[in-house]
Amino acid sequence: MAEAKEQPRIGVFICHCGTNIAGSLSIEEVKEYAMTLPGVVVAEEYQYMCSTPGQSIIVDAIAEHNLNGVVVAACSPRLHEPTFRIATQEGGLNKFRFEMANIRDQNSWVHMHDWEGATSKAKDQVRIAVAKARMLEDLEPKSVPVEHAALVVGAGVGGMQAALDLASAGIKTYLVEKNPTIGGRMSQLDKTFPTLDCSQCILTPKMVDVGRHPNIELMTYTEVENVEGYIGNFTITLRKKARGVLTPAEAEARGIVGGGCNGCGDCAEVCPVIKPNPFELGMAPRKAIYIYHPQVNPLLYTVDFDSCIKCGLCVTACGEEKKAIDLDVVDTFEQVRVGTCILAIGYDLIPIEGKKEWGYKRYDNVITGLEFERLICASGPTGGKLIRPSDGQIPKKIGFVLCAGSRDNTGGVAKPYCSRFCCMYSLKHAHQIMEKIPGAVPYLFYMDIRSFGKMYEEFYYRIQNEGAKFIRGRVANILEDPTSKNLTVFTEDTLLGRPLSLEMDMVVLAAAIQPKPEAERIRQMFGVSKSQDGWLLEAHPKLNPCGTTTAGIYLAGVCQGPKDIPDTVAQAEGAASAASIPIHIGEVQLEPYFAQCIEELCAGCGMCVNLCPYGALDLVEKDGRDVMEVTEAKCKGCGTCGGFCPGGAIKMQHFTSPQICAQIDAFLLEGGEQ
Amino acid sequence: MADENWNPKIIAIICNWCSYAGADLAGGARIQYPPDIRAIRGMCTGRVDPLFIMKAFHDGADGMLISGCHFGDCHYLEGNYKCAKRMFLVKNVLKNIGLNDRRLRMTFVSASEGAKWGMVMEDVVKTVKELGPSPLSEYQK
Repeated sequence: MAEAKEQPRIGVFICHCGTNIAGSLSIEEVKEYAMTLPGVVVAEEYQYMCSTPGQSIIVDAIAEHNLNGVVVAACSPRLHEPTFRIATQEGGLNKFRFEMANIRDQNSWVHMHDWEGATSKAKDQVRIAVAKARMLEDLEPKSVPVEHAALVVGAGVGGMQAALDLASAGIKTYLVEKNPTIGGRMSQLDKTFPTLDCSQCILTPKMVDVGRHPNIELMTYTEVENVEGYIGNFTITLRKKARGVLTPAEAEARGIVGGGCNGCGDCAEVCPVIKPNPFELGMAPRKAIYIYHPQVNPLLYTVDFDSCIKCGLCVTACGEEKKAIDLDVVDTFEQVRVGTCILAIGYDLIPIEGKKEWGYKRYDNVITGLEFERLICASGPTGGKLIRPSDGQIPKKIGFVLCAGSRDNTGGVAKPYCSRFCCMYSLKHAHQIMEKIPGAVPYLFYMDIRSFGKMYEEFYYRIQNEGAKFIRGRVANILEDPTSKNLTVFTEDTLLGRPLSLEMDMVVLAAAIQPKPEAERIRQMFGVSKSQDGWLLEAHPKLNPCGTTTAGIYLAGVCQGPKDIPDTVAQAEGAASAASIPIHIGEVQLEPYFAQCIEELCAGCGMCVNLCPYGALDLVEKDGRDVMEVTEAKCKGCGTCGGFCPGGAIKMQHFTSPQICAQIDAFLLEGGEQ
Repeated sequence: MADENWNPKIIAIICNWCSYAGADLAGGARIQYPPDIRAIRGMCTGRVDPLFIMKAFHDGADGMLISGCHFGDCHYLEGNYKCAKRMFLVKNVLKNIGLNDRRLRMTFVSASEGAKWGMVMEDVVKTVKELGPSPLSEYQK
């Protein structure tokens, strides 16, 4: 048992939370019961304990009753533990002399119609919390310095914005992108709604800024390999994939003065290998040595070693002066140390061919919204001329299937959530074809048009007035005419209440979006949870949308949930601001839940050393025998060692074995064994 | 078998990052479940000493739940694996001392699985109610 140096003097403070708690259980009974518990000298109740008067009650009671432990029975410690710890501190106690009983989230809200059961559970919860409070000890948070650098993963518009903000705030920022160029999804788009700005035109200045900023170290064609450490001190291992092409700087390091890739493209001209260009979604060819598109940043060719046959023609074409191509390079690894990280890893379209009824990949003239973007884009494979993939003809009647796989509970590849930007880009597509193709009519098959943003609804009206046809109904089936390759769309016009079939020249599926396949690996490396729908989980959906449960890791953009460009940029700026705070403060306080070795009990078996996932434990010789020693800077306080130690020699601060046993006893023995 | 009105004593040790957050989410979503389980918050299921479980059963618990993150999601990388391994050991011990090992359960509920937490609560209570009072609880009387 822990040493009881002082008599416990506990105050119990019970919150009504309006009617959230008081509406489902008897506060009065719980309060009376609390007074009977050993060590409790005062019990109070209040409407809102977290309010200023509520907190004053705690602060005053600590002084008045000379308390040495505080129990608040209210909401979840995940919400208000920090609040009440500060109140405890203001009252003159060590802030770890505080314990919370979660009688709202895990009681009154989940037992709303069981007054007796909820009241009895609340009494037990208070008793358990008081049992722990009796054994709490003073702890001092550990302060660690924060590395004056940040990492941003993903260089789409969100990642670029976050990196620019961090860098402009004077922080060294590593911007890591797995593709050979920055720009992300936005660089694939033609125009952006509702302003109809050319996407590249507004993006490329940002791309140039990113490339130029003295505080941004841009690392394209690079992936995160490993993450170690904690807020303030992350060590990130990066895999720089073998690019086969040297930058001017790399060339100079090899002693080739004035060499390195200048983006002339002579190599790609002679390359005999032809592959589909993923940037154009396979609709245009690229060589084995390639750039995605003319506006890439950095302007640097890349060798695709999966398809390169190492014929060496490119090396010859590049010439002796530049000597930019080296086909024998291998992946290299680099470690960077950063204080905080932002994940902006983006999204993919769902494999919409899984919705067989719409015939994507079976019918030539069924394409996705992203393919439409490339086809209508002046820098795209057709030079901006929208044509039917089957015969190169210009389509006149184009169907747009909205919610293609979104808001769909049928399972398979379909997603129950709204992908949020498909309505708006389909409206924009409708506008673009009416603008570019005289006499073309867009038919939008929709469930609801969700035009929720600034000037979005106005844009919707504009497209309606321009002559787009809106049919409210989900497309049940699409059939292809084998000779003309025209498509018949079957649906129900739910406003008229009648089935409908329409012949279209082309159908565009506004496919749902989903997290990238590599998101799973990245999130596990960074210790970020995922939501039920697979997107990365924010710390709080409303009050902490950029943070995660792992301190020092922040989220920006669609990887956290579907959002359009303005929202992505806004979140990126929020994440950059949040990520810069610990860096600018220069130090962070870690909760002192470290393991401690009780050396008299330690037998030096060393089992714990191998259990620790962070290598925080070592055996050292003291007084002629081996005992375990904890490196506090590495210990994160999980307690895996403490859960195993056969001798009970490891003390997990704030979650000690006597404390947990006291909680178990308090519940089961009604506090009988003190 | 067991009395309809009998309320089992079930104790849960749940990890701060996944299951505790999942339980809070169930609250936010007002998912209703039976009030028989009392949860103790730990930082990680890796912290769960087998002796805590033995102590709980010795003290007369009718059932016990350990709930943590999904494999691969552990906030501390692998604490839940370590805990899951210990579960096999403890379940064996329980069997050997004549307790039905279904009284001890380990589940994996993430921070976004409020609905699953509700289902786990229902199911644990149902299982323990089927098994009836723990034979060891008789000693507590």
